[in-house]
Amino acid sequence: MKNEYDIIVVGAGPAGTTAARFAAEQGVSVLVLEKDRDVGYPVRCAEAINKRTADEFIKPNDKWISSHISKFSFISPNNSEVLIDFNSVQGYILERKIFDYELAKIASNAGAEIITKAYVNGLLLEGQKVSGVTAEYRGQQINIKSKIVIGADGTESRVGRWAGIKTHVHLKNMESCFQVTASNISVEPDTLYFYFGKNVSPGGYFWVFPKSCTTANIGLGISGLEGKEKSALAYLNDNLARLFPHASILTQVAGGVPCSITLEKITSNGIMLLGDAARQVNPLSGGGIASGMIGGRIAGIIAAEAIRKNKLDHIFTYEKAWYNERGKMHEVFNRLKEGIYSFTDEDFNKIMEKFQKVPLSKRTIGKLFRIALANKPSLLIDISKVFLV
Amino acid sequence: MYRMAKKGKLLIEILPDKCDFCGCCVGVCPEDAIELKEASIRIIDSFCTNCSKCVWACPIEVIKFNKEGVEA
Repeated sequence: MKNEYDIIVVGAGPAGTTAARFAAEQGVSVLVLEKDRDVGYPVRCAEAINKRTADEFIKPNDKWISSHISKFSFISPNNSEVLIDFNSVQGYILERKIFDYELAKIASNAGAEIITKAYVNGLLLEGQKVSGVTAEYRGQQINIKSKIVIGADGTESRVGRWAGIKTHVHLKNMESCFQVTASNISVEPDTLYFYFGKNVSPGGYFWVFPKSCTTANIGLGISGLEGKEKSALAYLNDNLARLFPHASILTQVAGGVPCSITLEKITSNGIMLLGDAARQVNPLSGGGIASGMIGGRIAGIIAAEAIRKNKLDHIFTYEKAWYNERGKMHEVFNRLKEGIYSFTDEDFNKIMEKFQKVPLSKRTIGKLFRIALANKPSLLIDISKVFLV
Repeated sequence: MYRMAKKGKLLIEILPDKCDFCGCCVGVCPEDAIELKEASIRIIDSFCTNCSKCVWACPIEVIKFNKEGVEA
């Protein structure tokens, strides 16, 4: 480790290492600092990603793909199930431990330096401009300088706060999550299962994402506001007892997913925020891997250009670039989320009943949302923009 | 169900033995009053305003109002 780099990335998740890779590929010097001892572990993730985005960044490999997804199943509060069959692979359930490692290796092969067990605990400032980080490493407090700091430090991000950016998530938009990886269950390995209902997972959903015929990530997220009454863990225990009473629990993990629109400000003097830290998660699905990697590519390229042109103000173009590529779409997803989470159990049951009447070959996600929001014309226009064009 | 805390004093505490270090509480804290490392967590007393958002966001109920802070 040197004491000065062009770019320091805080956090070695998919967003951070993707930013590091795209910056390093342009020949600038990049250091990635990770607080945990391992890249990719612990896994706080349901591990689903859409195939199209994953394939843009890394060649598919069964080393890190547990299962190939071609069907979605939605289960209503009254337990009726509707299936959408896409007839082709739409997504993967990852083995994040290996996937994150592979992304880190790609970044590292591109020239980025990655250090784990390095806890960033502050920013260096020159006047108003961020000029590096302070960190705890091997029992010592160290200073490392850089022209740009990229904060990819997750849900618990503090890097942005230290730079004066308001990053805290509204309680309503923080999905409070708990997940187990369970075996001794029986699932279709090509199907993602989503359960809805106020007794199942209020202000969120309960998921079963298969890793094989007998193993799955089973978890849920509830809106932080709902946690006032009952915790995510308590909801999960109830659902497990009801649906998978014989499951063996192989791992269990808590987590928080910020499900909102992207922060208004994700760039400041010498600093860029990324991934969960910038609240770039898809607010409808809660998926953050793909959007974090897309954000990472944009941020990495722009940061490296700023260094190479010796024009640090160039990093401010990141906000617009993100907005055009994903941010705008997330605003629509967020409105959909708010529409859907205002539904009562009766609404959900009715929607599923209607959707069941659509022949299997004609079922699409767009169609489902159209039925779901048939009584909200303004949202319909939004959906058509996303799904039908 | 949780009860409301009184104001003015550190009334929220984390049970570190039970914490999973997921960072959900840090994400909702409006005051940057929680410090999370790999496997350690603490509330920075001087920043905490007892807003209790962390208590509600915690997926596994390891953040609590401590006894003297709970109104009967």
